[in-house]
Amino acid sequence: MVHSTTGRRLQRIAIYGLFAVIALYTLFPFYWMIASSLKSGQAIFDVTFLPDLKFNNYKVILSDGVFLRSLLNSFIVATSVVALSLGLAVTAAYALGRIDFAGRSPIMFLFLAVSMFPQIALLSGLFEMIRWLGLYNSLGSLVFAYMIFTLPFNIWVLTTFMRSLPRQIEEAAIMDGCSPLRILRCIFLPMMGPALISTGLLAFIASWNEFLFALTFILTDENRTVPVAIGLISGSSRYEFPYGAIMAASTIVTVPLILLALLLQKYIVSGLTAGAVKG
Amino acid sequence: MTSGPMRIGLKATRARTAWLFLAPSFLVLFAVALWPLGRTFLFSFTDAFLTQPDLYDYIGLENYFTLFEDPLWWQSVRNTLYFTVISVSIETALGLAIALLLNARLSGRGALRAVILIPWAIPVVVSARMWQWMLHDQFGIVNHVLKLMGFIDHGIAWTADPDLVMPVIIAVDVWITTPFMVLLILAGLQMLPKSIYEAAAIDGVSQWRQFTALTLPLLAPSIAVAVLFRLLDALRMFDLSFVLSSNSDDTKTVSIYAREVLVNFQDMGVGSAASAAIFLMIALVTAIYLTVFRLNRKLLGA
Repeated sequence: MVHSTTGRRLQRIAIYGLFAVIALYTLFPFYWMIASSLKSGQAIFDVTFLPDLKFNNYKVILSDGVFLRSLLNSFIVATSVVALSLGLAVTAAYALGRIDFAGRSPIMFLFLAVSMFPQIALLSGLFEMIRWLGLYNSLGSLVFAYMIFTLPFNIWVLTTFMRSLPRQIEEAAIMDGCSPLRILRCIFLPMMGPALISTGLLAFIASWNEFLFALTFILTDENRTVPVAIGLISGSSRYEFPYGAIMAASTIVTVPLILLALLLQKYIVSGLTAGAVKG
Repeated sequence: MTSGPMRIGLKATRARTAWLFLAPSFLVLFAVALWPLGRTFLFSFTDAFLTQPDLYDYIGLENYFTLFEDPLWWQSVRNTLYFTVISVSIETALGLAIALLLNARLSGRGALRAVILIPWAIPVVVSARMWQWMLHDQFGIVNHVLKLMGFIDHGIAWTADPDLVMPVIIAVDVWITTPFMVLLILAGLQMLPKSIYEAAAIDGVSQWRQFTALTLPLLAPSIAVAVLFRLLDALRMFDLSFVLSSNSDDTKTVSIYAREVLVNFQDMGVGSAASAAIFLMIALVTAIYLTVFRLNRKLLGA
């Protein structure tokens, strides 16, 4: 009896030890990023584990109009993508999730297949399309292009959610002759809060982080989004590489995402698993 | 119950509504995915240039011959496959281990689950920059710690050494995407029925046997789906290599290769041929994977 409790205690200590290792492995790079961003000038090249709390790098990066502009651009693109893809997906999901009609399964399959397209396979055709639409080098090109990975995913997740709701809830409304848009707005939307938060958050994060399209469809600095701005920062030589400024910029971009991840963890996880497990 | 004709009329109206509601999404996906994909395939048979994409002649399979004669293309194919196989294997094993650990009912696991989400949520570009700085040959913390511990006496050029740069990229990718694996496998674990474990415990089945005979087979579908998602993602990897080692042929992926030909060399024909080849490669891998997965399921009688 005594033996087994010490054994269990040892096991528990071992598990907490592993917890600590995982947390350290996950978080140390962030600590180091923030600590480096708070060292000024040459101090960044001395390896000291405690930060100096000097804000020079932040002053440099925040007085740089181009960086602030790219922050704003990323925000505009991500929120527009969320609004557009949710608006389209909710209506499509109502059709796919609540109405029984011939052709529903092939369409679901088509949406699923589109979500698996590698972005690079569309690049040249999309380039032509974006030029034709007059969107080249504008934020609109990214809002348009990001529909590829947000819209099919949102439709898929919202459709499974709508299908899980009981049949009866709309029958009375149909018999009363309510229009489908009214049914969608008055009966379904109020129930869809959590599903909309999940899909919206994932669409926001994916758009905020996207790199390949943002690098290709935007030509000039003032229209760049943040990942590209950070990806393209470079010094005049390897030794003048502005790591302090890069770490400060990275911290600024990362903090809102960390807050989102910590506060809304539940929604992110349920969105991810709804997309994967049921898909 | 309502009478027959009225019900049929209602059904037809509902079907019309469905198509009406689907039309906008369908139109957008057609414009943003299906049409561009078709155009990419079409351009791959032409001599178009990016500066004037509307002036072109059909040149048959010539672009594909050019592509397949380029050793750099084959190197980028090898790089991509190597990266995919190794990183997805490590991420699956590590993800399974961490998910099992987090499935134990201990206080603090909620906090840890929130923490491991962070590397997945931030831009890959930021992760790449962070690790680039930590792995800096002269001022990086990794070399500093290794020196302090006496493993090395001068800094290692992690991202410049041709033998090290691929393992480094794989290691950073493991750091970024293991959380995704953990979350998906954890979701699968939490759906397993508790009763069978209670029965196994009563029968005195050892924990290891419980893991191999119950957990793994029951978890297989969840793991298979998670692996498929990661596979599709790893095969099109772009940003990590681009930022961490932009000019190295040792880490050039097929996506980087195709974009370079298309945008830097403005060669829309060969670039589109490379894109089309990537599309077919990924479609093939997906098809094989799904077939094997279905066969397995049938053989197991599930």
